[in-house]
Amino acid sequence: MSNVVSALQGVSADGYVEVQEMGLQGMLTLRGDLSMAKLAKAVKAAVGVEMPKQRKINLNGQTGAAWMSPDELLLIMPHAQATATAAKLTKALGKTHSLVANVSDARVVFTLSGKGAREVVAKLAPVDMQALKKGEIRRSRMAQVPAAFWLSGKDEITIVAFRSVATYVFDLLANAAAPGGEVDAY
Amino acid sequence: MSTRIPNTGRFLDKTAPATFTFNGKSLGGYAGDTLASALLANDQMLMGRSFKYHRARGAVASGAEEPNALVNMGADDRFEPNQRVTTTELFDGLTAKSQNHWPSLNFDVGVINNYVARFLPAGFYYKTFMYPRAAWKHVFEPIIRKSAGLGQAPKARDADRYEHFYYFTDVLIVGGGIAGLQSALAAGQSGAKVLLLEQTANWGGRAPVDGAQIGGKSADEWVTETLAALQALPNVTIRARTMGAGVYDHGYALGYERITDHAPEMDAPRHRLWRIRAKQIITATGAIERPLSFAGNDIPGVMLAGGVRDYLINWGVAIGERTVVVTNNDDGYRTALTLHKAGLKVPAIIDARPNADGDLPNQARERGIAVREGRGIAKVKGGKRVLGVAICLQDGDGGAREEIACDCVAMSGGWSPVVHLWSHCGGKLNWIEEHAHFAPDPKRPPLGDTGEGFVVTSGTASGAMDTPEVLKDAHLAGKAAAKSAGFTPKRSQAPKATATTEAAMAPVWVMPKNATIELKAKMWLDYQNDVKVSDVQLAAREGYESVEHTKRYTTLGMATDQGKLSNINGLAVLSDALNQAIPQTGTTTFRPPYTPISLGAIAGEARGEIFQPLRRTPLHAWHEDAGAYMEPVGQWRRPYCYPRGAESHEDAVAREVTNTRNALGLLDASTLGKIIVKGPDAGKFLDMLYTNMMSTLKPGRCRYGLMCSENGFLMDDGVVARIDEDTFLCHTTSGGAENIHGWMEEWLQTEWWDWKVYVANVTEQLAQVAVVGPNARKVLEKMGGMDVSKEALTFMGWADGTIGGFDARVYRISFSGELSYEVAVPASQGRAFWDALHAAGAEFGAMAYGTEALHIMRAEKGFIMIGDETDGTVIPQDLGLHWAISKKKTDFLGKRAQQRSFMASTERWQLVGLETVDGSVLPDGAYALAEGMNANGQRNMQGRVTSTYHSPTLERGIAMGLVLHGPDRMGEVINFGRVDGTLIPAKIVDPVFYDKSGEKQDV
Repeated sequence: MSNVVSALQGVSADGYVEVQEMGLQGMLTLRGDLSMAKLAKAVKAAVGVEMPKQRKINLNGQTGAAWMSPDELLLIMPHAQATATAAKLTKALGKTHSLVANVSDARVVFTLSGKGAREVVAKLAPVDMQALKKGEIRRSRMAQVPAAFWLSGKDEITIVAFRSVATYVFDLLANAAAPGGEVDAY
Repeated sequence: MSTRIPNTGRFLDKTAPATFTFNGKSLGGYAGDTLASALLANDQMLMGRSFKYHRARGAVASGAEEPNALVNMGADDRFEPNQRVTTTELFDGLTAKSQNHWPSLNFDVGVINNYVARFLPAGFYYKTFMYPRAAWKHVFEPIIRKSAGLGQAPKARDADRYEHFYYFTDVLIVGGGIAGLQSALAAGQSGAKVLLLEQTANWGGRAPVDGAQIGGKSADEWVTETLAALQALPNVTIRARTMGAGVYDHGYALGYERITDHAPEMDAPRHRLWRIRAKQIITATGAIERPLSFAGNDIPGVMLAGGVRDYLINWGVAIGERTVVVTNNDDGYRTALTLHKAGLKVPAIIDARPNADGDLPNQARERGIAVREGRGIAKVKGGKRVLGVAICLQDGDGGAREEIACDCVAMSGGWSPVVHLWSHCGGKLNWIEEHAHFAPDPKRPPLGDTGEGFVVTSGTASGAMDTPEVLKDAHLAGKAAAKSAGFTPKRSQAPKATATTEAAMAPVWVMPKNATIELKAKMWLDYQNDVKVSDVQLAAREGYESVEHTKRYTTLGMATDQGKLSNINGLAVLSDALNQAIPQTGTTTFRPPYTPISLGAIAGEARGEIFQPLRRTPLHAWHEDAGAYMEPVGQWRRPYCYPRGAESHEDAVAREVTNTRNALGLLDASTLGKIIVKGPDAGKFLDMLYTNMMSTLKPGRCRYGLMCSENGFLMDDGVVARIDEDTFLCHTTSGGAENIHGWMEEWLQTEWWDWKVYVANVTEQLAQVAVVGPNARKVLEKMGGMDVSKEALTFMGWADGTIGGFDARVYRISFSGELSYEVAVPASQGRAFWDALHAAGAEFGAMAYGTEALHIMRAEKGFIMIGDETDGTVIPQDLGLHWAISKKKTDFLGKRAQQRSFMASTERWQLVGLETVDGSVLPDGAYALAEGMNANGQRNMQGRVTSTYHSPTLERGIAMGLVLHGPDRMGEVINFGRVDGTLIPAKIVDPVFYDKSGEKQDV
């Protein structure tokens, strides 16, 4: 066993939609005044994307930024770069009132792949999954726990949840994706 | 007898026979049958017994409104009671049992209630409370409990799975009759997203049975074409076997999809609950026929006229060979004509109206059917099935002139629009004299968030009674809903349909009008709850004027059918008794769901492993592998102790405490809440949140703090570390992290929004391990990487560095009184770090300890525990924590409350230690007795136990408790009461039992 492991170490389930735990993902929480040019510049320098608009996610390869609230962003990068990126961002923001926290290990990441990916999410989250567009993120809940998700490919959705409930979320998704549960309403 | 007629039954697939059992008897039917039609096809008229009088009952209707025919369905883990046979689709292998009888359906002892009916009048249940007092407990309750209830409660765990589905649409349409279909078409053609739900497996509703002609075609042809047109529209979704169950605030609605009920062999969720958000909702819910109130109207074989027609046309079942039709309107004649056309005998149509000379009555006369005007049924002959009817004058008192032999009575009291969904969220009704029914008032719809209506009705549900007006209304409803949802409807017209002319109906609430009391006591209003005309009249005589009170007093409309058949008839009888107009009496409240939905559908996925989220630390798997006995702490599971082999929990806990105090203990402390608070105003903010001063804390140092609610009560505690000038890390209790995080955000967002502070909850980012005991430093020094010496990392200090190659933040804090370090590493490395600690610590006696050892060690040290010493009524001052309450600060949350007279009172119980005289363990929560009794005749108390343990260190029972004037009474012995009435004497002592000077933790 490696010293550095994700919550479920890549577990997967084959239903009518495939559920896959994606291993470790670098993630930072940035809190601050998102309208400040200095903040936008620091974000661009840290993860190489523009400041996302409300409920949007800007991705560029393995890095990106997602809008989480009027004063919070989720920054994405490879796990190994999270500490360095946090330091760089903190330095760039200097005296600007803000908070940067490495939350990579507080999270678990799943993907759903398959034609029914949207409807599987719609069984658990009160979100109009039929209307969700590429480049949008929803910060919502799945059954009884918080979750955020976005379209990460054709028929693929990436889901972020808290690490302590990784097993619960995996079981939820596997259950919702179990064969026979096809809704076919979209 | 009821029987199958060859070559009829539009729903039947005769190539797919199905075998089923009823009360163990094997019977046959076809795919497309309901359980009701299949039972009737086998002449099984008797289907159950009524609730109160155990009267013989059969199906009275053909759909969701059925009150009588409920059965126990299935067996074992698929057993479900109170299943409505009229909405249960037949499948091969179905098993059903009738309910509410003993020993058998045919011979039921409970029917004795029928003969003592005069002792079970309206309000019987409430009257039993009154007199004599002892009778309720010893006589009435046991009897009522035994005889009440319909089906049996399931005993086995449900074998099926269920799920929810969130769906958003512009227009939701409930009801797949011709109105719902036309509305869907009109709305769908505007481009709006449309969801159309139908509760049964079949589309088209009543129109095909009633012989509607649309655009020169039969209703069946029109339905097929319209369905195809809807399926061709990509923005329209249609769903059969899905009931619109309820309409709620702001366009929220529930759909109840029954996926496998008709095909249990399918590997699929049994039910799916659609949680729908719609901009506009159209209720195309049709109408329900009303029974007529004549004596014996509950005898099997008496059925709604529309139902008799449905069974014949849809399922090819003739309810009787000779059917008497009794009606107050022209629609009833359709049943007579339909039966006649099928070659069945209709000896007479009893029409309560003085004259019946409309088109339909004349058609009946032309076919040679006797029409008896101005007549009513005096009583129905028969017990378990209809044998005949006695005919009387409708205006008379029931003196019968003539008897007609028959085996079926088809009754029609007129039709009431199904207004339930319209009314669920506040839609109002108008009384329509012409049809003697309530219909939705389009001017007073349920209002959405904009103050505009969000529900419109369509077709018969609006009160439109003939096909052309139904389609016209439906078309307009579809266009109106699309427009309200922001779409532009196409310029189009409703399809033309053939009009039929019907003469006016006559309201008939009691048949005959001046019936004797004996007859009224046999006229059923509410079949399922056995409420009769005489009961409602009695309630009125006893002073019940409000329809809501009468409902509860008589139980009218309170059964599982929610009074779908009894509602209007009941309130008409009440209005008559109160001598007021029906609209003045009003209706009872319509509440969702429309018909009962399964508890499984409501629970959705939440069962078994995913009933509730269970939080796991990065070390959870290790604990499980080590055989830990886990306990819930919030939603976490934490190891209580790690029993070895046959070791008892008590022994394991004692071993863990002793080893930690003497060698090296390791605790998974990852569940502790960790919240970063950062900003120029962070110190000011924490000074408000904690009772003590946090802004003076130096970077690199830790301080214990208390948090109170604004009411002064202690709600959380923990160690705060100052990271740098602007940044603090607040530790909270394991169960409190999310609440405290929310508490901080609430103050920052609503009160101190101008303060420059950000917070972030990083609880799960870190795995935290308490390394505790005399050997704690040795193991960390062995792993190496940073200086953890007494001088470099002093008590209540923290430092960042590496331990054995792991990035670590080390806190020199102690909750046990021993030399102790808490080490935080990234969660992804938590397990590896824990393993490395065990490996390196083996030579120092490293051993994991659980939460109970943690609790004992803190109690030995006199440290309080949130949730033990506090219960939401305790303030820090009660716990001797004055030292942690700043006197310098002008304000903090709870300060003002703590200055109020009761909070500042010296009479509040205070924290002390307690030692039993005999060394035993005090019972948890035991009260300290004082002299005398209080005003309620209860023993006076002077304190209570808050924590109590056996201390392995001191080898005796130790406890903490709150005692009146406790700190002033050191050495005094007071008595604690056991549940058995005996007493345990205990001495009041200092709460710190172990190492009072704190030498051991500061080495």
